[in-house]
Amino acid sequence: MSNEIADKVKKIVVEHLGVEEDQVKPDASFIDDLGADSLDTVELVMAFEEAFSVEIPEDAAEKIATVNDAIEYITKQKAA
Amino acid sequence: MSGSGTNRKRVVVTGIGVVSPLAVGAELTWKRLIDSQSGIGPITHFDASGLPAQIAGEVPEGPTADGGLTLSDWIPVKEQKKMDRFIHLGLAAGIQAVEDSGWKPETEEDCCATGVMMGSGIGGLKTIYDNSVAVSSGKARRLSPFFIPSSLINLTAGHLSIRYGFKGPNHAVVTACASGTHAIGDASRLIQHGDAKVMVAGGAEAAVCELGIAGFCSARALSTGFNENPIGASRPWDKERDGFVMGEGAGVLVLEEYEHAKRRGAKIYGEIGGYGLSGDAYHITAPAENHEGAYRAMQAALEDARVTPSDIGYVNAHGTSTMADDLELGAVERLFGDAASKTSMSSTKSAIGHLLGAAGAVEAIFCLQAMRDGILPPTLNLDNPASESAIDRIPHKAKEKQVDVALSNSFGFGGTNASLILKRFKD
Repeated sequence: MSNEIADKVKKIVVEHLGVEEDQVKPDASFIDDLGADSLDTVELVMAFEEAFSVEIPEDAAEKIATVNDAIEYITKQKAA
Repeated sequence: MSGSGTNRKRVVVTGIGVVSPLAVGAELTWKRLIDSQSGIGPITHFDASGLPAQIAGEVPEGPTADGGLTLSDWIPVKEQKKMDRFIHLGLAAGIQAVEDSGWKPETEEDCCATGVMMGSGIGGLKTIYDNSVAVSSGKARRLSPFFIPSSLINLTAGHLSIRYGFKGPNHAVVTACASGTHAIGDASRLIQHGDAKVMVAGGAEAAVCELGIAGFCSARALSTGFNENPIGASRPWDKERDGFVMGEGAGVLVLEEYEHAKRRGAKIYGEIGGYGLSGDAYHITAPAENHEGAYRAMQAALEDARVTPSDIGYVNAHGTSTMADDLELGAVERLFGDAASKTSMSSTKSAIGHLLGAAGAVEAIFCLQAMRDGILPPTLNLDNPASESAIDRIPHKAKEKQVDVALSNSFGFGGTNASLILKRFKD
């Protein structure tokens, strides 16, 4: 399950930020490493919500800074 | 007229860029235009079969080298979704113009002396429509964070400034179908007034979407009788004309203070000789009686340029292929008097349709190319003029003629009128 989530997250990041797959490392920061700006991250979180049918409240979204943050948050939500 | 002091700064054109239904590229568009080609065809952007008007001038898709639009050659894929199509087209024309001018400011001073003024009549209509539909289907909390910045009219100017680091005046014009002409005129005034040394100015429009076509259909403005013969639909001054044909595209000029252009050895296409504006104070969509507002705008432009009608060898008419064509013709005849028989006038909307807020910018570029090459673009489909006139309207085929001064007209809903005088450059 977790790997499935990780793959899907990576795919969304590649699509939305226009980066190469090998750049999307677990500790890569959306803003510092993958060229996103604040609006990109808003859109990215919306895409996660849509793809995984989860709600990511604003205060939680603000803490999702890296690829791993996203995978962990979504995994936890899906397990709950 | 304002700003017409003897020491007024001269404004020259040092770069041009066009995205039109004929081609992506200023020179290929021009080549096809004077070859009497048409960019009008069936609408492909959406299913128009339920609407009275089913044709438009759409920018051709295809390889950049063939004059087609390959968006990723202009804008990275990741950035494209942050912009409505009018910004895509405006950027493609703007990039052409800036690259053509060779102006690459590097110092802070030069960056701050370079501004952008891009008009649009309508802006991101399709994006607004798409997001409205999303709201209507309960997705108000799921709108893209890029919805607003991709729809705003001044964002073409914003994106161009961000791309090139132009930190001078950043402005946008919204005067319906006069936006492109107003943008060039107003940007020239900013240079004359000393607010900038270089202004990237023009217009962009992409309203060939269901909402745009349906809306203009309801206003009874579009041609509806030529769906089976698209290239015959835009026929300014012709007896059979029945409305305008919508086009999409963009035109951008790099305007530059003459001494600045000269110092850096820039290629000069021509000079912005004069600019005139007026309002009709009459009706929201119909021009004033006898197009007297157009008359006053043209008169003001001539005075501003200190030229007389006998100097003007070519008029690029607003000429939308509507009933208003003959009113414009009458206004030009009254203004020109005895000089009418010496001038030539055409409507290039016959080939590309009406680009709304981009029309005036593309048409100003055609005037410069006409003077450069000594060839005037034709009015297609002018088989049987509704009104006789002493003015040569260049039916069907381009015409060789040396011209030193040209006049370009644009008029918009709301009763807004703008005229530009463009001159062959003489040191």
